[in-house]
Amino acid sequence: MVLMKKKWQRRHIVEAVIKSVMQFSLVVVAGALGLILWTIISRGLPALSWDMVTKIPEGGYYMGKGGGILNAILGSLYLAAGGTFLAMVFSVPIAMYLKTYLGESKWGNYVRLSLDVLWGIPSIVYGAFGFTVMIALGMRASLLAGIIILALIELPIMTRAMDEVIRRMPVDLEHAALALGSTKFEVALRVVTRQMLPGITTAILLGFGRGIGDAASVLFTAGYTDRIPTSLMRPTASLPLAVFFQLGSPYPEVQQRGYAAALILTVIVLVISLGSRWLSSRLNKYTIK
Amino acid sequence: MLHSYSAPQQGQIMDSHIQVKNLNVYYGKQQALKNINIEIPKNQITVIMGPSGCGKTTLLKSLNRFLELNDGTQIDGEVLVDGQNIYDRDVDVTEVRKVVGLLAQRPSPLPMSIYDNVVYGMNIHRMKSDRKEYKAAVRHYLEIAGLWEEVHKRLHDPATSLSIGQQQRLCLARGLAVEPEIILGDEPTSALDPISSQNIESRLIELKQQYTTVIVTHTLRQAKRLADYVIYMYLGEVIEAGPAKEVFGNPQHERTRAYLEGQI
Ligand SMILES: Nc1ncnc2c1ncn2[C@@H]1O[C@H](COP(=O)(O)OP(=O)(O)OP(=O)(O)O)[C@@H](O)[C@H]1O
Ligand SMILES: [Mg+2]
Repeated sequence: MVLMKKKWQRRHIVEAVIKSVMQFSLVVVAGALGLILWTIISRGLPALSWDMVTKIPEGGYYMGKGGGILNAILGSLYLAAGGTFLAMVFSVPIAMYLKTYLGESKWGNYVRLSLDVLWGIPSIVYGAFGFTVMIALGMRASLLAGIIILALIELPIMTRAMDEVIRRMPVDLEHAALALGSTKFEVALRVVTRQMLPGITTAILLGFGRGIGDAASVLFTAGYTDRIPTSLMRPTASLPLAVFFQLGSPYPEVQQRGYAAALILTVIVLVISLGSRWLSSRLNKYTIK
Repeated sequence: MLHSYSAPQQGQIMDSHIQVKNLNVYYGKQQALKNINIEIPKNQITVIMGPSGCGKTTLLKSLNRFLELNDGTQIDGEVLVDGQNIYDRDVDVTEVRKVVGLLAQRPSPLPMSIYDNVVYGMNIHRMKSDRKEYKAAVRHYLEIAGLWEEVHKRLHDPATSLSIGQQQRLCLARGLAVEPEIILGDEPTSALDPISSQNIESRLIELKQQYTTVIVTHTLRQAKRLADYVIYMYLGEVIEAGPAKEVFGNPQHERTRAYLEGQI
C-alpha cells in the first residue's frame, strides 16, 4: 500500500490551513459565549432569589432594599408575546403574497431586499421612530406602543424566514397531492402546512427571540414602571431595561441584581430556543428534505 | 361499441378506454401537440415512445388534466374517458384525477408516515368509514405494491426513510388506494436501480388485468417487455399507433423503423 501513503502536497496544506482557521473561529465564538455566560452566572447567581422572580420592587429597591423584578419579567413576556403575535398576523400573508404573486420577479426581490434592510436597522431607530409617531398622536408610553414597535422589529426577520421556508417547498409535493385528486385547499391544509410547519415555528421563535431581548425600542415606547402591567394603555417594565437601569446603579447589590436580571432573561431565551428545537424536531420528522 | 361490427384496423381498437380527439396543446405560442387522435385500449399496457421533446409527457399530462397546472397552456380538443370528455366544463377535475392516477418519474412521498401516505387519498375522498377499514386497505394496497413485507413493522416511520425504489412502490400503493381505473406513468422507473425497476415492471404487468395503463419510456427493452399497445410520437405528432406486435415487428412508418433500429 505504499502508493496510498499521504504525500504533503499543496492541496493538503491548503486544507489543513483552512480547517485550522475554521476551528479557530469556532473556538473564539464558543469562548466569547462561555465568557458571557460565566460573567452573568458568577455575578448574577448569588443575587438570584425567590423574591427576585415573585415580587415587584419595594420602596428603596433601587438602593438595595427588598423586592424583585416580576414587573419586568411579566412586562417582557407580554411585550414579546404581543409583538410576536402581531408580527405573525402580518408576516404570514406577506410571505404568502411574496410566494403566490411576486415569486422570483423583480418586485419580489425588491420586497425581499427592503425586508433585509429593515432587518438591519438598529432598534434604537425603530424606538425613535415610534416615539416621534407617538408624540404626533399625543400618545404616552404604553404596553400597546411597545408591542407595536416590537412587531415592526420582528416583522422583517419573521417574514424573510417564512419566505425561505415557503420557497423551499418542493413543487413535486403539491403535484403528488393533486394527482390523487386533492382540491387546492386540501393540498394547502394537509400537505403544504405539514411540510412548512417546522420552518414556520422556527421563524416565529426567531422573531420572539429578537423581540424579548430588545432594550432600545421599548425604552422609548413602553417606558418603565414598577407595577405589573394591567392595561395595554399603561407603561410597562421589561427585562432588558431592568438590566440596564440596575447595572447603571452605584450600589453593588443593585448591580448584582442587574446581572441576575440578565440571567433570568438568558434563561427565558434558552428555554424558548430549546423548546422550539424540540418542537421543530418533532414536527420535522416527516418533512421532505 | 361503434366499431364492433367491422374488423378492427390499425389504430382502431375493439375496446378503448380513452379516446383522444383532435387534441392540440400549446405552451404559450409553441405548439407541443399537433392534432392528436388516438385510442387507448382498456386493461392493457400502452407504451408511448419517441425522441426527447416530442411531447410524450405533454400527452400523458393531458390525460389527467395536469397541463392546466402550468400558466399559459392552451388545450383544444377532447379527451374521452369512457366516453366522457374530461375537459367538459361541468367535470370535476378532482374526480378526473381520482379515476386517472399518476406515477411520477421520481417518487414523491407526502410529508407523513408510510401508513398516512396510503391513507391520504382514501381519506380526502372519504372512501372508508372507520380505522379498521383503513388498516385493512393499507395492508391490501401495500401488498399489491409488493411493499408490505418490507414495511409492515414500520408503518409509522416517515415515508422518506424508505429507499427510492421502496418510495416508488409506496407511491404506487398510494395511487391505487384511491381506486383509479387508469394508471399513468411518466418514465416511472428511470430514477430507480435495475432491481427496483424490475419490481415496478412486474407490478404493472400484474395489475394490467384491472387497470388501463399508459407508460412513457425511453428504453426500448422496457417497452418491449411491457407494451401491449404502442404509440410512437415525433415532433408533437403521433406517427404510428398499434398493437405492440405489429409496431415492433413491422413498423409502417419510416420514422418508427429508424427509431426502433437506432435504439438497438
Ligand atoms: N412548461 C412548458 N413550457 C413551455 N414549453 C414546454 C413546457 N413543457 C414542455 N414544453 C415543450 O413542449 C415540447 C414537448 O415537451 P414534453 O415534455 O412533452 O416532451 P417529452 O417527449 O416528454 O420529452 P422527454 O422525453 O425529454 O421527457 C418540448 O419542445 C418542450 O420544450
Ligand atoms: Mg418527458
